[in-house]
Amino acid sequence: MSKVNITVNGKATSATVEDRLLLVDYLREGRNLTGTHVGCDTSQCGACLVMVDGKAVKACTMLAVQADGTEVQTIEGIATDGNLHPMQEAFRENHGLQCGFCTPGMIMTGIDMVNRHGTDLDEKTIREDLEGNICRCTGYHNIVKSIAAGAKAMAN
Amino acid sequence: MYETIYARADSVSDAASKMGSAGDGKYISGGMTLLPTMKQRLAAPDALIDLTSIGDMGGVDSSGRSVKIGALATHNEVNSSSALRSACPALADLAGWIGDPAVRYRGTIGGSIANNDPAADYPSAMLALGATIHTNSREISADDFFTGMFETALSDEEIVTGISFNAPEKCSYEKFRNPASRYAMAGVFVAKHADGVRVGVTGASQGGAYRWTEAEDALNANWSPDALDGLAVDEGDMLSDIHATAAYRANLVKVMAKRAVAGAK
Ligand SMILES: Cc1cc2nc3c(=O)[nH]c(=O)nc-3n(C[C@H](O)[C@H](O)[C@H](O)COP(=O)(O)OP(=O)(O)OC[C@H]3O[C@@H](n4cnc5c(N)ncnc54)[C@H](O)[C@@H]3O)c2cc1C
Ligand code: FES
Ligand code: FES
Repeated sequence: MSKVNITVNGKATSATVEDRLLLVDYLREGRNLTGTHVGCDTSQCGACLVMVDGKAVKACTMLAVQADGTEVQTIEGIATDGNLHPMQEAFRENHGLQCGFCTPGMIMTGIDMVNRHGTDLDEKTIREDLEGNICRCTGYHNIVKSIAAGAKAMAN
Repeated sequence: MYETIYARADSVSDAASKMGSAGDGKYISGGMTLLPTMKQRLAAPDALIDLTSIGDMGGVDSSGRSVKIGALATHNEVNSSSALRSACPALADLAGWIGDPAVRYRGTIGGSIANNDPAADYPSAMLALGATIHTNSREISADDFFTGMFETALSDEEIVTGISFNAPEKCSYEKFRNPASRYAMAGVFVAKHADGVRVGVTGASQGGAYRWTEAEDALNANWSPDALDGLAVDEGDMLSDIHATAAYRANLVKVMAKRAVAGAK
């Protein structure tokens, strides 16, 4: 067992956890933040993406102890004052989800793309950078549209 | 995942001594290979020694043609290094084709070469670039480092600290990606050095990454994709699975090699 101190959505959290505990389980079961999903056991689907120190990484492929001392942001932490984040709003406006299971990860990926490439994202870049996010429902077209629109909205 | 204990090392010597006192321990860098394997219970180390807090073991440095990359450099850092992109663009490109953006934020070059997955990208580049692998106890040439599928010259407690090479005059990497996993079904790195051509192949062979010496001879005689036309890759050595037969992979190696020569810069 190890003690971890992780800032989650701006709040300091600490707990004594089994060393093998995955970050995603710390968030879902330890902190009750069930917006971060688990869609696979092969590190391929991206439903579990969270920001760790500002980078979108797979919470299913990271131990909570590896995240000790970091700042984690989950889907629950991106809205401000009750207003959806522009990337969330864009998914709603553009019908970027159906069942919604992949959506938290898609939104984290979208925000991460803006952090890496800026707010003017072309379709090719978006499709390439969606490599690590799988959606069983939408066929991706509206996800691509949502990310492009969300990125533009983030410029304002 | 089976139970394990985790400790962060703050220096190379601390890591080696923690490993020495662990039962059946393993180093962990990005965890992008080790953790999925542990989740599937294919690996069950008693202890994980985290290398990522060790200073001086990361970064991409390139002055003139001499390139040094720390073992902890992530695929994302290698992909986005502008110094590397001007010295050896193919290696920067290669890093950008590994997995997906989230994997590239955490996965490291040291972890990739220490693991020597038969479909991993970096080993082919290390062979073609004639790279030197630096460890906490010695320097090993890439030719001697990769000893077979998932096998390297590393001893259990040895730590890869970085790699170095002299940038070639021209180089290129072509990867035929498995449409589902995006790992290489055949990947070929060609490098034209002042003293000759080297060709590294990954993804295809049962023995892991290897140098295709017949192609090197042909390209030394005639630096052109056509120089490979007359060569045949031996199917007997190739991997065969649900994704591709040995014959298909043998053909892919040649096709990728020709494209790599055509695209070298
Ligand atoms: C979805 C997905 C897709 C991927 N696609 C690709 C791909 O297309 N191409 C590709 O090449 N790879 C791919 N990978 C693997 C990825 O590149 C890994 O990052 C890499 O293989 C291992 O690096 P790591 O730092 O994560 O190592 P870890 O998982 O931490 O460690 C891997 C092994 O190396 C050992 N080790 C780690 N660091 C060192 C060191 N410095 N010295 C000695 N031993 C060490 C560990 O003990 C362990 O045995 C993919 C992974 C995932 C999850
Ligand atoms: S749950 Fe993490 S990648 Fe699928
Ligand atoms: S909306 Fe259902 S998985 Fe993407």
